[in-house]
Amino acid sequence: MENLVNLSYIAAAILFVFGIKMLGHADTARKGNQISSIGMALAIIVTLLSQGLDYKLVLGGIAVGSVIGFIAAKRVQMTGMPELVALFNGFGGLASLLVGWAEYQRASHTTLAGLDIAKVETFTAAVIVLAILIGGITFTGSLYAWGKLSGKLGGRALTFGGQKAFNALLALGIIVAGVIFTLAPTAELAYPMLIAVIVLALLLGIFAVMPIGGGDMPVVISLLNSCSGLAACAAGFVIANNVLIVAGCLVGASGLILTIIMCKAMNRTLVNVLFSGFGATSQATGSASTGEMKPVSVEDASYILEAARNVIVIPGYGMAVAQAQHAVKELGEVLEANDCEVRFAIHPVAGRMPGHMNVLLAEADVPYEQLVEMDDVNPTIEMVDVAIVIGANDVVNPAAADDPASPIYGMPIINAHKAKTTFCLKRGKGAGFSGLENALFTAPNSRMIYGDAKATVSGLVAQFKDS
Amino acid sequence: MEIILLLFIFVLSGFLGFELIAKVPSQLHTPLMSGSNAISGITVVGAILAVNTSSDNLSVWLGFAAIVLATINVVGGYMVTDRMLGMFKKKGK
Repeated sequence: MENLVNLSYIAAAILFVFGIKMLGHADTARKGNQISSIGMALAIIVTLLSQGLDYKLVLGGIAVGSVIGFIAAKRVQMTGMPELVALFNGFGGLASLLVGWAEYQRASHTTLAGLDIAKVETFTAAVIVLAILIGGITFTGSLYAWGKLSGKLGGRALTFGGQKAFNALLALGIIVAGVIFTLAPTAELAYPMLIAVIVLALLLGIFAVMPIGGGDMPVVISLLNSCSGLAACAAGFVIANNVLIVAGCLVGASGLILTIIMCKAMNRTLVNVLFSGFGATSQATGSASTGEMKPVSVEDASYILEAARNVIVIPGYGMAVAQAQHAVKELGEVLEANDCEVRFAIHPVAGRMPGHMNVLLAEADVPYEQLVEMDDVNPTIEMVDVAIVIGANDVVNPAAADDPASPIYGMPIINAHKAKTTFCLKRGKGAGFSGLENALFTAPNSRMIYGDAKATVSGLVAQFKDS
Repeated sequence: MEIILLLFIFVLSGFLGFELIAKVPSQLHTPLMSGSNAISGITVVGAILAVNTSSDNLSVWLGFAAIVLATINVVGGYMVTDRMLGMFKKKGK
């Protein structure tokens, strides 16, 4: 029986490995996700065969969780995807925290079953602390990120005096409590120390995400994703279970890779993203741009578009906020009907999570051959007649390329300013999340179209249909 | 000895993870994230084992809460990933 369970866990691990591998390729991604879900089902089913489970509670818990998960997955709008991913992440983290806690509680209380209190070994105690620490940070960090993404807590970075010292103090407290617990997991002092680790870890999750601005969310979300895997991995060490270790570690690695990709796309280090409080100040340093923003009416813009033969659309978070993806897709269609080549140029950190824009455009039925990456579009951008920037800001800010004083200097951008004409769709005249002036908006070949992105794009489509 | 074996598995799966996903096209970033997020719900296995009739009350209820949370993570994560990937279509389909 024991062997059957363990063999099934190996099979589940293999399915996870293949599933993740296939998730990395466009043609096989959907199948890969299904394969990994079969692995999960297998792992859960064989676990249910274990001796002595309280089936009423186990099956009840699975039923409740399934219903909630099912409803959440069916109901969510694609624009709400970053929030949902953050929330799921947090739940996974909290679950791992609880598993670590439950295991200590069980081991330290079931003296009757022969598992007396002295059985908690140092190694087990150490991994319990890790599961609780990583799980706790993941939980509250994700919840805070969810609050920022859904606009409930404001998207800006929040900083206060002595914040770093405060966070360092929290971390120090966790280390001290964790070490005391680990060295004597059976002492009377151990339980209060464990509770202290739980509380401090939950606090640290909040205060660690607090100083990180909305535009850095892609990094935070992928890092939290990695953490939720590592928390499961630590929980696996606690109960000495291979499948948790393998699956958790795979997730940890994939999350870390995504995090690195996101950091590279901003030319910043992870340390800088996490600790710099980027975007907290309303006006960062960097030379003030000169020149006027030149507005253009929707009608005039449509005449220019009518003559264009090569158009790229550069979407950003503003497109998600305005829910303009369907209108944008329609604009693409009318332009194509007018014998114009239309492509969508997507910056790796556009939006609030990795791949955010791709998901939105896919929802609007834009075929993915039309989506191009930054490196593919930049070399030929001079050939582009019109670049339409929709709610994007920093990812097209030329200061990143030519102003060493700018905080985003060195970040790779889509060179929208090199297109023959650039339309910038923007809600108002204010600066973006990072508080930076954008020289693109005042460039000689740029025209601003103010107003709600969805209304503007629909207006352009209507102009085309009338003419 | 068992500890060493577990660490061995940990290190190897870490390397495997990095090799598996070294290069991912950016359009798959979100599905990869939410799909792997669902996998991190594997902690449900640990939660189920905690809800044992021989355990005391507190650990049973901690385990129960963990089952609910992890299952939300698993079911929701897989379904939403599938929904997303179903929208990625090629032209003309």
